Amino acid sequence: MGIRVGMDLASVADIADAFAMHGDRYLRRVFTDREVGECRDAAGSIDPERLAARFAAKEAVLKALAAPPEFGLALTCIEVTTGRWGAPELSLGERASELARRAGVGALSVSLTHDGAYAAAVVVAETGAVRT
Amino acid sequence: MTDEIRLVLKAHARLRVDVDELSEDADLFQAGMTSHASINVMLALENAFDVEFPDRLLSRSVFTSIGSIRAALDAIAVEDVA
Repeated sequence: MGIRVGMDLASVADIADAFAMHGDRYLRRVFTDREVGECRDAAGSIDPERLAARFAAKEAVLKALAAPPEFGLALTCIEVTTGRWGAPELSLGERASELARRAGVGALSVSLTHDGAYAAAVVVAETGAVRT
Repeated sequence: MTDEIRLVLKAHARLRVDVDELSEDADLFQAGMTSHASINVMLALENAFDVEFPDRLLSRSVFTSIGSIRAALDAIAVEDVA
């Protein structure tokens, strides 16, 4: 078994600006409903730090899977949710799963962090196993 | 169409260089556009041209240059007519 690693850094201000500019259309094209739900605070407002961490995770997945430049993929096809004990989990839709199969990647693990202006994510992909 | 694409890039791509200085095949990512900025560009293009990029065209190569963006918009227009 081998591993691939992807990491990404996202500017919280960039995500906040994009949401301010494009509104729900931005959310709909980049994040799943479940992700958006998990990025709302108790008052129902969007928390751009949480969005930024999830965006970084999606980009980190694409790097770990070595997505070819011509491979078209909606970012909603990569979902980052909060699992048991609060740890983040990744789910791949059909198109992203196809990319993982092409890359010979099985399991994916993700770690997120955010602090003030930036959010970051690291994704580790196990290779040598075929994702089913 | 190219002029409108350049206007969108000026407003959203956050390039390190003047868009008007770029040739049609110049690499926008090399010129400083981030992956996230390319999403802003995509959404702004959809507004400007009243189209929606299908998932299969949401690739890095589509947003690599002014020419590749124009080709994608042409392809969407053809599909919309068909």
